Amino acid sequence: MGWETWIITTLSRSLAYGTPLLLGTLGEIYAERSGVLNLGVEGMMIMGAYSGFTTAYITGNPWLGILVAAVVGGAFSLIHAFTSVTLKANQVVSGLSLTMLGLGLSGMFGRGWEGKPLPATIPKITVSGLSKIPFLGPIFFEGQNLIVYLTILLVPLLWYILYRTRIGITIRSVGESPATADSLGINVDRVRYMCVLLGGILAGMAGGYLSVAYRPAWTEGMTAGMGWIVIALTIFAFWNPAYGMLGAYLFAALYHLSYRLQPWVSPELLKAMPYAFAILVLIFVSRGTLQKRMGAPAALSLPYTRGEE
Amino acid sequence: MDNSEGYAIELRGIVKRFPGVVANDGIDLKVRRGEIHCLLGENGAGKTTLMRVLYGLYRPEEGEIILNGQPVHMTSPRAALNHHVGMVHQHFRLVPTLSVEENIVLGLDEGTGPFVNFRKTREKISSIANEYGLSVDLQTKVWQLAVGQQQRVEILKALYREVDILIMDEPTSVLTPQEVDQLFTTLRTLVDDGLTIIFITHKLDEVMQVSDRVTVLRKGKVVSTLPTAETDKPTLARLMVGREVVFRLKKGPIKRREKILEVNDLHALNDRGLPALRGVSFDLFGGEILGVAGVSGNGQYELAEVLTGLRKSIKGRVFLAKKEVTNCSAREMNDLNVAHIPAERIRMGIVPALSIRENLILKKYRRPPFSYREFLDNKEIEENAHRAMSDYQIAAPSYETPAKLLSGGNIQKVILARELSENPSLIVAVHPTYGLDIGATEQVRQILLAQRERGAATLLISEDLEEIMTLSDRILVIFNGEVMGILDAESADIEEIGLMMAGTRHKGEEL
Repeated sequence: MGWETWIITTLSRSLAYGTPLLLGTLGEIYAERSGVLNLGVEGMMIMGAYSGFTTAYITGNPWLGILVAAVVGGAFSLIHAFTSVTLKANQVVSGLSLTMLGLGLSGMFGRGWEGKPLPATIPKITVSGLSKIPFLGPIFFEGQNLIVYLTILLVPLLWYILYRTRIGITIRSVGESPATADSLGINVDRVRYMCVLLGGILAGMAGGYLSVAYRPAWTEGMTAGMGWIVIALTIFAFWNPAYGMLGAYLFAALYHLSYRLQPWVSPELLKAMPYAFAILVLIFVSRGTLQKRMGAPAALSLPYTRGEE
Repeated sequence: MDNSEGYAIELRGIVKRFPGVVANDGIDLKVRRGEIHCLLGENGAGKTTLMRVLYGLYRPEEGEIILNGQPVHMTSPRAALNHHVGMVHQHFRLVPTLSVEENIVLGLDEGTGPFVNFRKTREKISSIANEYGLSVDLQTKVWQLAVGQQQRVEILKALYREVDILIMDEPTSVLTPQEVDQLFTTLRTLVDDGLTIIFITHKLDEVMQVSDRVTVLRKGKVVSTLPTAETDKPTLARLMVGREVVFRLKKGPIKRREKILEVNDLHALNDRGLPALRGVSFDLFGGEILGVAGVSGNGQYELAEVLTGLRKSIKGRVFLAKKEVTNCSAREMNDLNVAHIPAERIRMGIVPALSIRENLILKKYRRPPFSYREFLDNKEIEENAHRAMSDYQIAAPSYETPAKLLSGGNIQKVILARELSENPSLIVAVHPTYGLDIGATEQVRQILLAQRERGAATLLISEDLEEIMTLSDRILVIFNGEVMGILDAESADIEEIGLMMAGTRHKGEEL
């Protein structure tokens, strides 16, 4: 294998692996922009992966699998929206329990599903013509699937909505200063519900992508800390979808490299990486002053009650 | 409906309760169309609560709201805005990271679909701004604006929504004297154009200066409504406090002693990592009070935090009684006998759930006589509590009462009793009387003056210029993290202080 082929496969696989990371990150950016920290990404993802896989297996339709994954992810996120927006509970605790609940439920129901092959998966497409472009062609236009492209298209769309439309101004104002938004007649709770729901849908889709398209099989805990990486990427993206794309693919490339490093580095150590990362992220999200300096939404993780300041 | 003629607002029997308090106890208020109506009262009299009821932020338990003769239900701020009622809150409702124009159109359906037609909105904003002299750059982010400009944005926001009734909640507390004059001119123009303005304040001068009529509130009830022209300050003060107010602050001549505090070229960052102090230098002597005047957010809180060990400086040096204490920890400053009366007394001054007795020894429970090794000496602690409660006239059922159940004035007295118990050489006091009623204010000021008499050096940080003028021996004006000058309080001119607060450097010799 020549070095050029080696680079091409690495980058092409990174694009595929970065897609669920990017989906999750885009969703979490919206949730956090509205002021809700959702540490339940891992739980929503794994629920998406499980329900997506089983749907695709039973119906034989992988697209239906992705759809159900999105719906389940969205429904699951509403638990967090309810506790943190309606009940005004501690968002860290609520998010963590969502993750544990998701991992537990999917593990329990997923017992009999391990090792089964999917009858059909999302087809890989090759864009004829474009794939002939030297170097870039095989990376971007050969053997990727439609979701990879759809996810990339989401980036400018979500960026544009956030920064250039009234919806975006509303979301950002709710995350920066809910009291201001409220005093101008904006329904703070509804905006937050919507953003958390969007985050859940995208995280669910990410999970479905993993089990239906990326590696069409179900394994317990198959998201393997991806949800935590999403939380980290959200911060490193400065809550901006464009930087989120950069971060997701960059991390995917690094992650992929680590697999290719296995001959030299202990695989156990490499496997522990996402968890080490998760701990770092948790330390980070609990450091208020550090977040402020990075430009985190000012009301991030703070419940809002009218009349209380 | 005859008697409703000419009234823009009529509130009838408004009752609003919070756990443990009746904030509004059957309030009747009539505001005439086209007048500036002051709501006067001490902190906690229920002024803001009443206006939040009118603005739809609180639902009253009883009573009705009548606008222009029609009963209305104010279920939310949106309902209030639909009825053309706007409110400029004491703490501005602005999104700092958004631009001025984004803040103004926030929550409105301007433009088509999800897009804002900024070309059109800009025109409308500019025409309002020109008409009332409220010019401000529309593309600037709000956090980059000075406080006075932010207030203009708030007023623009209300006018853009075509309000007929504008509520201003303590609008002058963040302004320099010149900005206050400007604001009053603007309000006059608005009223001439047919707006009705409700102006909340606790400052008598402002009532006399700006209002047509005034309603005085005390403890959740209306005491009286009077035409401003037919009353005077002593009458209003008596109505507001409920007894004769005698200002009997005794301030002796200054007896300056040795130098206690020396601050040299001090630099520090704020929470966002931006420069908050840029080369602050001054000396402070025993037996004097140095007042720090400045508009909120110009570095005065960071200064207090650096001097009490709560924030690290990045450059410069601090000496306490000739000993270097730069970047000492809060514990070290405490052990060096520096007293701190923090701005946020509940968050930083007390442990709300602990009893008065325990709060009184927070500074020194680690040492005898209050503890030996790991064990507390309860007898000493109780005696200390008895002493403090009688010395400082702390009104509470017993020293076992949790501090959070006390009134603001009593909480402040607990803090003073604790902080001053060991005769500190340096006192850093931030807003020591903020939110206190007149009686408690007077007591706190008297205590600070007694400390001055004893020989303590006091750094008094306050946004209340009157307080600074009454208590200080010298006045340091801070702007944008820099010292604009230090003036002698005796000869200081409030106009000049105002200009310095807005960034003009003091001409003439430094004190």
